[in-house]
Amino acid sequence: MLEHDVLVIGAGLAGMRAAIAARAEGASVAIISKVHPVRSHSNAAQGGINAALTDRGDGWEDHAYDTVKGSDYLGDQDAIEVMCQSAGQALIDMEHFGVTFNRDDEGKLGTRAFGGQRRARTFFVGDFTGQAMLHVMFEQLIKSGVRRYEEWFVTGLIEEDGRVCGVTALEIRTGQVFVIRSKTVIFCTGGLGRLFEPSTNALIVTGDGMALAYNAGAQLMDMEMVQYHPTTLAGSGVLISEAARGEGAYLLDKNGERFMERYAPNMMELASRDVVSRAEQTELNAGNGVNGCVYLDCRHLGKALIMEKLSQIREIGIDLAGVDMITDTIPIRPGMHYMMGGIKTDVDGQTNLPGVYAAGECACVSVHGGNRLGANSLLDTIVFGQRSGVHAAQACRDQEYIEFDVEQAVRREERRIQEVIDRPQNGDRVGSVRLAMGESMNRNLAVYRDEAGMLETMHDLRGLKEKYTRVPVDNKNRVFNTDLVFALELGFMLDCAETIAVSALERKDSRGAQARTDYPNRDDENWMKHIVAVKGEEGPEISYSPVSITRWTPEERKY
Amino acid sequence: MDVTFKIKRYDPEVEAPESYWQDFSLTLDDSATVLDGLIKIREDMDGTLSLRCSCRSAICGSCAMRINGHAGLACKMQVRLALDDDNVIIIEPAGVMPVVKDLVVDFDMFWSKIMEVDPYLRPEGTEPDAEYIASNEAMLHLSGVTACIMCGACVSDCTVMEVDPTFLGPAALAKAYRFTADPRDGDAQGVSRDRLEALNEPTGMWDCTRCAECVEVCPKGVAPMDRIMALREQAINAGFDNTYGARHAEAFSNSLEHSGQLDELRLVPNTVGVFNLPVLLNMAPEALRALTHGKLPPIIHKKIENADRVRKLFRRVEDPDRS
Repeated sequence: MLEHDVLVIGAGLAGMRAAIAARAEGASVAIISKVHPVRSHSNAAQGGINAALTDRGDGWEDHAYDTVKGSDYLGDQDAIEVMCQSAGQALIDMEHFGVTFNRDDEGKLGTRAFGGQRRARTFFVGDFTGQAMLHVMFEQLIKSGVRRYEEWFVTGLIEEDGRVCGVTALEIRTGQVFVIRSKTVIFCTGGLGRLFEPSTNALIVTGDGMALAYNAGAQLMDMEMVQYHPTTLAGSGVLISEAARGEGAYLLDKNGERFMERYAPNMMELASRDVVSRAEQTELNAGNGVNGCVYLDCRHLGKALIMEKLSQIREIGIDLAGVDMITDTIPIRPGMHYMMGGIKTDVDGQTNLPGVYAAGECACVSVHGGNRLGANSLLDTIVFGQRSGVHAAQACRDQEYIEFDVEQAVRREERRIQEVIDRPQNGDRVGSVRLAMGESMNRNLAVYRDEAGMLETMHDLRGLKEKYTRVPVDNKNRVFNTDLVFALELGFMLDCAETIAVSALERKDSRGAQARTDYPNRDDENWMKHIVAVKGEEGPEISYSPVSITRWTPEERKY
Repeated sequence: MDVTFKIKRYDPEVEAPESYWQDFSLTLDDSATVLDGLIKIREDMDGTLSLRCSCRSAICGSCAMRINGHAGLACKMQVRLALDDDNVIIIEPAGVMPVVKDLVVDFDMFWSKIMEVDPYLRPEGTEPDAEYIASNEAMLHLSGVTACIMCGACVSDCTVMEVDPTFLGPAALAKAYRFTADPRDGDAQGVSRDRLEALNEPTGMWDCTRCAECVEVCPKGVAPMDRIMALREQAINAGFDNTYGARHAEAFSNSLEHSGQLDELRLVPNTVGVFNLPVLLNMAPEALRALTHGKLPPIIHKKIENADRVRKLFRRVEDPDRS
């Protein structure tokens, strides 16, 4: 019998931080991930992690204000205060764990500038901060003695008497189905980038946790808030870090003009991401790009700086686009990057479902509101990962395991999976359904949106959901059947896609990442509120949740 | 471009499983990576093809495999640069580790080696309230090693691990170096004596044969072999100079310095100890076999001509300021 007080689903930064924290509280803890922990998508965070360190004259209030403003006043200010107040200690903990942060001349942690912030408070390891942190977090996970289920794919939640009490999971290597019982579950499953094509996100980022929670009755909040990153590489859509602009890179149109002068005269290229992406898209729509791209120019930064601080993205440019940023400009465009929305939680990670927690990108606390600041996502993962781990472990102390028929649960899930495998071979393929979804989302739920486009995507999604019930699985065997995993992931993706489209249609104003050409202005009177989606009979049902405002009154955003 | 992917496949679920080759012909954009090709095969042609992949940008370490005989990341290699004259590219699973299915190998052995080096920071003193003070140079140097993404390419092509599965191997030793070179690890001077002592054991740092394959294939420039050499130096500097490995290195260097060429006959006794009879006797049959096959090194070791110039070179390396 596999059972643990706390079961963490997903082993990126948030998940491992949660597991380590829960273990330190004395709970029995397991972490389950469809890939080995160091393969997680936290790897992709390049630029750094924000924290206001008081010993160098910064203050958490300043960080919080920048975050609130960046969120276009949709972020919950009470939660943002918690995040920014906790940032310093969370960062120092990571340094003590062993992260090799770049240093300043005195040997203290060094900083770089990042978008949407008035001072340099982004701490970094070259341009692979996420990878450096992820591997160190894995080292600490090993040390902590948490049980690891690596390359296990969670296929469903088990509920008994209205409480989640375990999961069904597929051990990918053997193809065997297991039930893992637990008193509490923490979702740390990351974002949903693969709903969009292209996206900066890794192929594993398929919204599994959001969909599992949603199907079990959890609330999804701010789902319309999808971040398009200003600098994604032509072609593959891979990320080129904001660190490039943090170090001083320019954005140029086809005539070599720094067009950000016209959109954000003070912050220029370092305005917040939604602002820069809109500026680029506006220029592209006006015909000022080349092959759908504008240029990122790093040449004036010099070879030495690039080799020390931006070497990984230089490699990416060479390998994937054949351009060397030391001597060439890089063709870039806005591309889907991050999900501000997710499973609605409080500051301790608690969802509306008893015993179910969420942290990291799959969660919505909401600290990012309408637009996340660069380098706040790593911070989000470790602050709220830790808090949810502690809280979930404490909640287990007075909680007994709920009894249920484990064998029956295994058999039921085996049957369901076998039905997927046994489908006839004549339906549309998983890859083509995903591509159709991704292109539709990227066409109509991108930088600029309008009602007609979003209705078209709603229509597309209905058709694709119908096709999904017939997608065939080529591989009928058990061992490492990734074909089966992709088919199951596609179901999760389609559920999430629907909540995005419905939420975006509901919000009739422009705020943060949502820019509607049919409602071009921010309308605080009517839309200063969160949109919440729960699963209903006929798709997502919408309600609203108030925005927490503690000390910063909403005002017009200028950079 | 029209290309052929020649892929080594393996299905463990058939009777008497054996690996076999399968060709896939496909059309790709000129800028396509090997991974783009494999995904196209998997999505459009044959969903039974199993491989690990995720980030598409050489950071997650999932897609290491052998491409034209050498380990590398499929996402980092452009197809057009890897084609032969007939537009064929050869794809096999990574080496050394057992195959699970198709291009998926079993990483259990890889991770067990990593676990052996206690892969987490172990500072001996009290933790400061704020960050540890350390030089940027020290951190940049370490970041060159922590850039390792644990893809297993070095292990796949390690020529020692291929024949000796007990060797810790390039990934684990580079990981170990990441701690021994960290000023925060070990004692107040940043010396990690316990680690160096453990790594001195057989199967550790002295078992590398310096073939440099790991340096060649590492997609992140970690240069594991260079880190292993640095570990050896650290160990000797920390006082672990009386081990087989250290003495072997010393005997090697002494012989060269003295005569300009290697005295192979005396290398073994000088390494294990002239009076270490059990080990020397153990080796006697091998020496005898060499003798009967005419492969015993000359009994009388001679200096090469101009051996004094070799000695001068040694002096220049050891004390560059003086010369």
